[in-house]
Amino acid sequence: MAGIPHDHYEPKPGFQTWLHSRLPIVSLVYDTLMLPTPKNLNWMWIWGIVLTFCLALQIVTGIVLAMHYTPNVDLAFGSVEHIMRDVNGGVMLRYLHANGASLFFFAVYCHIFRGLYYGSYKAPREVTWVIGMIIYFLMIATAFMGYVLPWGQMSFWGATVITGLFGAIPGVGVSLQEWLLGGFAVSNATLNRFFSLHYLLPFVIAALVAVHIWAFHTTGNNNPTGVEVRRGSKAEVEADTVPFWPYYVIKDLFALSVILMLFFAVVGFMPNYLGDPDNYIQANPLATPAHIVPEWYLLPFYAILRSFDNTVWAVQLVHFLTFGIVDSKLFGVLAMGGAILCMALAPWLDTSAVRSGRYRPMFKAWFAVLVIDFVVLMWCGSQVPSSFTGWVGLIAATYWFAYFLVILPLLGVLEKPLLPPASIEEDFKSHYASPAE
Amino acid sequence: MFRKIAISAVSALTLMTGAAWAAGEGETTDVAFSFEGPFGSFDQHQLQRGLQVYTEVCSTCHGLKFVRIGDLAEAGGPQLPEDQVKAYAKAFPINDEASNPQFLDPASGSMRTLTPADHFPANNSMGAPDLSVMAKARKGFEGPYGLGTNQLFKGMGGPEHIYSIITGFTGQTKDTAGVTLYENKAFPGGWMGMPNTAIAAGQVTYADGTESSLENEAKDVAAFLTWAAEPKMMVRKESGFKAVLLLGLLSVLLYLTNKRLWSKVKGKKLSHQA
Amino acid sequence: MSHAEETSGTRRDFLYYATAGAGVVATGAAVWPLVNQMNPSADVRALASIDVDISGVAEGTQLTVLWRGKPVFVRHRTADEIKAGEAVKMSDLVDTNAENDNLPPGSEATDANRALDKDGKWLVMMGVCTHLGCVPLGNGAGEFGGWFCPCHGSQYDTAGRIRKGPAPRNLQVPVAAFTNDTTIKLG
Repeated sequence: MAGIPHDHYEPKPGFQTWLHSRLPIVSLVYDTLMLPTPKNLNWMWIWGIVLTFCLALQIVTGIVLAMHYTPNVDLAFGSVEHIMRDVNGGVMLRYLHANGASLFFFAVYCHIFRGLYYGSYKAPREVTWVIGMIIYFLMIATAFMGYVLPWGQMSFWGATVITGLFGAIPGVGVSLQEWLLGGFAVSNATLNRFFSLHYLLPFVIAALVAVHIWAFHTTGNNNPTGVEVRRGSKAEVEADTVPFWPYYVIKDLFALSVILMLFFAVVGFMPNYLGDPDNYIQANPLATPAHIVPEWYLLPFYAILRSFDNTVWAVQLVHFLTFGIVDSKLFGVLAMGGAILCMALAPWLDTSAVRSGRYRPMFKAWFAVLVIDFVVLMWCGSQVPSSFTGWVGLIAATYWFAYFLVILPLLGVLEKPLLPPASIEEDFKSHYASPAE
Repeated sequence: MFRKIAISAVSALTLMTGAAWAAGEGETTDVAFSFEGPFGSFDQHQLQRGLQVYTEVCSTCHGLKFVRIGDLAEAGGPQLPEDQVKAYAKAFPINDEASNPQFLDPASGSMRTLTPADHFPANNSMGAPDLSVMAKARKGFEGPYGLGTNQLFKGMGGPEHIYSIITGFTGQTKDTAGVTLYENKAFPGGWMGMPNTAIAAGQVTYADGTESSLENEAKDVAAFLTWAAEPKMMVRKESGFKAVLLLGLLSVLLYLTNKRLWSKVKGKKLSHQA
Repeated sequence: MSHAEETSGTRRDFLYYATAGAGVVATGAAVWPLVNQMNPSADVRALASIDVDISGVAEGTQLTVLWRGKPVFVRHRTADEIKAGEAVKMSDLVDTNAENDNLPPGSEATDANRALDKDGKWLVMMGVCTHLGCVPLGNGAGEFGGWFCPCHGSQYDTAGRIRKGPAPRNLQVPVAAFTNDTTIKLG
């Protein structure tokens, strides 16, 4: 593995050498754990471990729940109740899995915004960033299909609305939608395939996570200064970094433990707070709930989807320019996909020579607005559509695109950044006294 | 800077989540139930009274098909003695035979008697909804402004909604397309199919001498249905409490370990702004 | 100075061990529910013990009920069947153990030890052939007037004892008891 110079695993003569020449697995684990890691990482660098834990939690509780769940339209709702009432410890397992999705997304948003602020997406970490975005997209797909499985009202109608988006695609849309559903509407075939894919995708995510880690272990971690670890000599590396084990393992485990404490308080004392009561009503194709909303973590993009109706001039213009092929429904779908795509393209949209937001005064303000914008979008997505939320949503959605497509490219030209420190060591020494001897 | 943004984002997220409101929701009265809060637990006697209300009043029209009768003997619930549960199951009538084919005895061609291992029967005879998870399927509180803080402090309000429905009839009726609707302050939209004569004060006689006012009947059956919706609530809270304690201890130890470990690398934090 | 170093070293070791210990406990607490969830669930356990109504079982007939996923024969024996069962000598039996879960292990396979009641009228046993688990045919089938297993030809007498064929043991008598005159509780 290329990257920062550090001590590698040296097999001792005997069994270690024998194994190493056949399967260098100890070396792989050693080099992964002993990776030189910038010593100035702050508390926003804990989310990677939290996310890895979440993935493991969801896979383990999911495998267990699948032992008791029945993917059939007549039996699914009852089998979830069976888990809640009869299975040993089932009530905790199911609530851990349901709320685990919320923790997973909470952590991934912290992780993404950390990357956006400290410029972790910028060269040479573009591949890490893009793989991360693919992981995020697969997380959305997995969470969406998982939400269908309890077969409550919100499961059924959420699935109906979201698969309906595919119907907006010109020409093949309706055929694609029927192919996806395995019928003309959400049905038993849909439930079965969603269960299958909901079980499969987490393993795809796990594989991509390995690639994600491989990629940033090749480039080395970013850090709050955005200044690269010096690689001239081992002495320089040692001045800038500490090995991942034990320093960051213990630090991350401490953070994880605190977060899990809060998580278990939610699971134990208010497990339905983040859910929708309508999902405790068995799915009924004949009655739509008064207000269909996705789970909280999908609300910002749901708001973007809804914001562009045919009263927006941009929608009308596109409609006219494409001879009516792109109508407001398709525009909304494209906007939702585009909102994620914009994030994925950030490495090429950001023109600034300075990596970390810490040394970019103008960027800081625009970034703060982006964070607020995200929360505002989330709020809009949860509301019953009205002209007020429509306007707020449209402005917030527009800002989302403006940030990536206009502000990021322009800032690199207009902004005069501060001078970052020469090295991580310098930054570290300016923050912390030398350790007491 | 980043920390400040993160903190405000986190608190805003917390406020927002679970936020959803639909227009025209009914009024919900907040009731102080014994099972609320992290340490609240079910009142066994209240659950038994609530069971009596369900059995004598609600079960005529409403089913409870996901609840196993034998669970009435479980700890943390009404905890009736085993022989009473057996007798209760045996005496429980199946009002809607068409909805309960699982209880059909193929030999005799008629309904068999129920046992504690059976679930309560379903009941669709009057088109009334099943009450098994009703206490979790309705929200009594929301907002303000879609922020979800009311649910955070008052709870989701499912039991309160049930209480408010039972006590919320105004006595007004109207006929729409041959169906009589009854005005109810707690029902979304204001008019519901459940008749205002369905439950009244004094309709049950409590063995423990509790006054069978409409409010008491409503509270008791709301508590019972909360138990029915989540019979493992006490187990859940206990598990949550133990996990929080254990993780709290682990967090303290990891904090100290982390601090000691890093003391080799970094000294005191310098106060000046870099 | 060396003394002070020693103390701090011990304290550090203790902290590390305590942290590792708490971590192990937390991991263990997380693993146990994952194992325990595969044990029989409450709805299965609720059926571990069932009541069988025998008021409709006339003399000379039998009732087959499903209990814990397996058939149980409840036979109301005639006086002739009881007499035939009592007449068998222990030396004629393949398996002289009563195979009755209600009796101490090692009880003799007498007719009285096989039956559930004093008069010997009621015979309750698992309808599972002790050879390879097929369900034997009943109602006076086979050479001994009891049960006959169609799979490999094992023959059981009127008390459900193996007399001929490959099966090694008598049909198992499960834990059972009369709760009243017309009800037998299995399990």
